[in-house]
Amino acid sequence: MKKTRALKAAFLPSLPILAGFLFLGITYGIYMRSQGFSFWYPFSMSLFVFAGSVEFVLVSLLQGAYAPLSVLLLTLMINARHMFYSISMLEKYEATGWKKFYLIYGLCDESFSINYAANIPEDVDPGWFYFFVTLLNHLYWVGGASIGAFLGNHLYLPTEGLEFVLTALLVVIFLEQWFKEEDHRLSLLGLGVTSLSLLLLGKEFFILGAMVILFLLLLIAWRKQWTPSKK
Amino acid sequence: MDTQQKIIMISMAVVGTMFTRFVPFVLFSGKRKAPDYILYLGQNLPPAIFGMLVIFSLKDVSFLRGTRGIPELIAILFIFFIHRWKRQMLLSISLGTFFYMFLIQFVF
Repeated sequence: MKKTRALKAAFLPSLPILAGFLFLGITYGIYMRSQGFSFWYPFSMSLFVFAGSVEFVLVSLLQGAYAPLSVLLLTLMINARHMFYSISMLEKYEATGWKKFYLIYGLCDESFSINYAANIPEDVDPGWFYFFVTLLNHLYWVGGASIGAFLGNHLYLPTEGLEFVLTALLVVIFLEQWFKEEDHRLSLLGLGVTSLSLLLLGKEFFILGAMVILFLLLLIAWRKQWTPSKK
Repeated sequence: MDTQQKIIMISMAVVGTMFTRFVPFVLFSGKRKAPDYILYLGQNLPPAIFGMLVIFSLKDVSFLRGTRGIPELIAILFIFFIHRWKRQMLLSISLGTFFYMFLIQFVF
């Protein structure tokens, strides 16, 4: 009963991810097959790695020389932003029992965004809500990759631009935060610092750069005991 | 590369990903309570992260070539107005996406 209610509550906010992950997952599966990998590669990579951008990068690395250390370092670099998600979820995921391991395991961009921003109904257990959001996202991603891997190149999708659904999701979550807050400085800081970092450092390093700057600025803010003004 | 080496490469990606997700929890939960500044970061980072993610999702848009990011900007403005009007996340996301698809398939 408790679980069914949480699953129902989690399904609706997960719908944009269903669209986005199925589409991107199918693209990823097709791409891996076209590069000569068997079905099991996209299937197990989407299941175990569960970090889209790394999986795409791995496709070309797996065709090069054997270099496990480079894979490790590159993954740490691409996914460093996940540390920020964990820091932000420390309190929310604290009392979730055995589910905590899986919640952390599945903490991708989208699971973080939905679970952090969600207004969970009073009668729904937050732990189970987080769990089902994460599980559904995971299933959508593995499902998409498997469908794409199965169908290979025999699929025509008149869906150019559907990948924008993930941008739309992130923009809406940003706007929700924006309309909720009185003080927009943190939101603007995120936009500004990241844009600047992208301009200066380029696509490969800008997230790391932005993280370092945001981290330092917030440490200074903490030292000065600054808090955003509340509504 | 043989299959075993490929599996090791993929495992490295799993280890790297899990490291970034687990480290804060391993360091700061249960008996070891997170220090003040970590809790402060946890409370104040999210608005900045959401801004960071918006830019992150637009990183492959080129403002110099092709459609110069114009359809993306129009679609984001469209989402802004729809969302300010109705405040329904799914409505804003789906209309915004369809509008973008329409723009790049038929207009640009």
